[in-house]
Amino acid sequence: MAEKVLMKGNEALAEAAMRAGCRFFFGYPITPQTELAAYMSKRMPKVGGTFLQAESEIAAINMVYGAAAAGARVMTSSSSPGISLKGEGISYMAGADLPGVIINVQRGGPGLGGIQPSQADYWQATRALGHGDFRVVVYAPSTVQEMADYAFTAFDVADKYRTPVMILADGMLGQMMEPVVMPEPHGGSVEKPWATTGHKHQRAHNVVNSLYLTADELERLNVERYERYAAIERDEQRAETFLTEDADIVVVAFGASARVARSAVVEARAKGVKAGLVRPITLWPFPTDAIEAVVPTAKAFLDVEMNMGQMVDDVRLVVAGRRPVEFFGRTGGVIPTPVEVLARIEDLNARMTKGGE
Amino acid sequence: MARISVDDRFCKGCGLCVDACPEHIMELDNDKITAKGYHPAYCTDLGTCTGCASCATMCPDVAITVER
Amino acid sequence: MAEKELKTVFERPHALLPVVTNYCPGCTHGIINRLVAECLDELDVEGDAVGVAPVGCSVMAYDFFGCDMIEAAHGRAPAVATAVKRVHPDGVVFAYQGDGDLASIGMAETIHAATRGENITVIFINNAIYGMTGGQMAPTSLPNQVTQTSPYGRDTDAAGFPIRVCELLSSLDGVAYLERVTADCPKNVRKAKKAIKKAFQTQIDGAGYSLVEVVATCPTNWGMTPQDSFTWMRENMLPYYPLGVYKDVRAEGFANASEAAAARAADCPIANPAAQAEGGAR
Repeated sequence: MAEKVLMKGNEALAEAAMRAGCRFFFGYPITPQTELAAYMSKRMPKVGGTFLQAESEIAAINMVYGAAAAGARVMTSSSSPGISLKGEGISYMAGADLPGVIINVQRGGPGLGGIQPSQADYWQATRALGHGDFRVVVYAPSTVQEMADYAFTAFDVADKYRTPVMILADGMLGQMMEPVVMPEPHGGSVEKPWATTGHKHQRAHNVVNSLYLTADELERLNVERYERYAAIERDEQRAETFLTEDADIVVVAFGASARVARSAVVEARAKGVKAGLVRPITLWPFPTDAIEAVVPTAKAFLDVEMNMGQMVDDVRLVVAGRRPVEFFGRTGGVIPTPVEVLARIEDLNARMTKGGE
Repeated sequence: MARISVDDRFCKGCGLCVDACPEHIMELDNDKITAKGYHPAYCTDLGTCTGCASCATMCPDVAITVER
Repeated sequence: MAEKELKTVFERPHALLPVVTNYCPGCTHGIINRLVAECLDELDVEGDAVGVAPVGCSVMAYDFFGCDMIEAAHGRAPAVATAVKRVHPDGVVFAYQGDGDLASIGMAETIHAATRGENITVIFINNAIYGMTGGQMAPTSLPNQVTQTSPYGRDTDAAGFPIRVCELLSSLDGVAYLERVTADCPKNVRKAKKAIKKAFQTQIDGAGYSLVEVVATCPTNWGMTPQDSFTWMRENMLPYYPLGVYKDVRAEGFANASEAAAARAADCPIANPAAQAEGGAR
């Protein structure tokens, strides 16, 4: 049994990525992902890997594109404004079916925003990381242990489906310290016969490309890619449920806000309110199955986020009007307190009980 | 003894070979139209060709093969 | 019979696939594509090569070259090539870029790949115009040059001045070899090939960043015949963009760009601790 060590979320994620076989990191300095790049710069040279501080976020993601095309396990990390810049390269990666891992340690926005933790990039991550028809698998860890675990998973899923994968963390998860058990280093590497490695006159030339000037061909490729996305939606949904079996009020929250929501749920139970929590771990694919499973027994949903209300759209899409779905959020870098969330749970419960009588 | 041949599938009739030929024996064939719609280049006098490859050196479409 | 003794002395290089290009008649891209392929053949590196195509008229170069190819986003070829070379340090990695791609949207990537001394080779086609999109003003369009987006001629008061890429890059320490060539006649095509081959050799020898700028034409968007385009290029572009070698650290006697950089920074203790140690304590 591996021993527990106390680590910052950003550092745990970096170490786990290297244990997953990532030997190439390209990034650009931005708060609050700083420790991640610093850890990579310290450790990569010791294991024969490459840490390169690029001239910009745009260059960094295009280096990720190049290294992925060349067949390597590769990663970049940034925070919200930097992820906007990476949108170009992420779209090209999706269009060229390149695997790679992108970390977003979110901060408040829009614009330069702030440097405090936020979840305001949910829409960006799940809807619009760049132009064109595409999806990116998005993991939302809520502990330092999960920062490590999903960094590990991200590389396997990226290679399996030939898609970019994002880990959507935030400044709180990135900078907090918790005990963590590091995943054991990865075994074998994945065959990538499509990679541009130099053909050695052994095969036809490989081309990594996202340009298709024939509309029918581009449509066909997009349709094929969406068939792969359908498989991801079927097989890769992940969520944690907590006290939902008999819950009247189901709180839905991810990442850092799920930590707060869990405390509020525990306190609500102590006060006799049947509250529960569904915590999406994959934001895309959204864990519709986990939400759907509690619709029959829940009286109402309370979606809690560190933004003005983004994931609540997805919750409402699943609940589809069958139950009330309310939203509570703090934004701009403000973290909601368990007391605030508990008040919303109690208020919603009171209204539901009254309505039911 | 030398010989050049122009592959009409590639020739776009730009005429750069015509200017490059030191023997002035390259011309565009105005009586011929390629599948792509160009008047292809041809050698008017193979007997004079020295095989210097100036035409091929300037050809942007690698349409010319030179034998010597 | 004499005919039987004929030997093929010029044919399509192996590294250039037998496909009809999208280039317009008389476009110099075709010549330069061929020269790059000839160099890959002659250096016997097609099997180790990875090319990075730009956005612009040569965007489809991934269909033309026989080596492995990557299509990059507009201007990002140096970043992509950087990463490929880091993953495959023994590979031969080149970016093929036009003036808008390299010197406008991709200038940051260009300068930083150069200053990092990435062991890559960049083939830069400068024809002073955006060809693919229909002839807009490029970062290298000449003062008073009429383009679609400088219809009254490039007004340097409003649009600024053209960028001389070789001159600009020549100040950077990571650069090992820079040469500006053209391809308007057989003699210059042969010189261009020599430069491209030398650039690849520079990379193969691990000496640092190499770039060959080819002053080129765009008959279609200049609105001239290929022949008149060469004349206009010789009269207007070559005085602004003089041909020649702009940097060659090995010709200066250094093994590579790093050695040349160290010599240049000999008086800077932090940059050059070895030289300081030799010179004694200060």
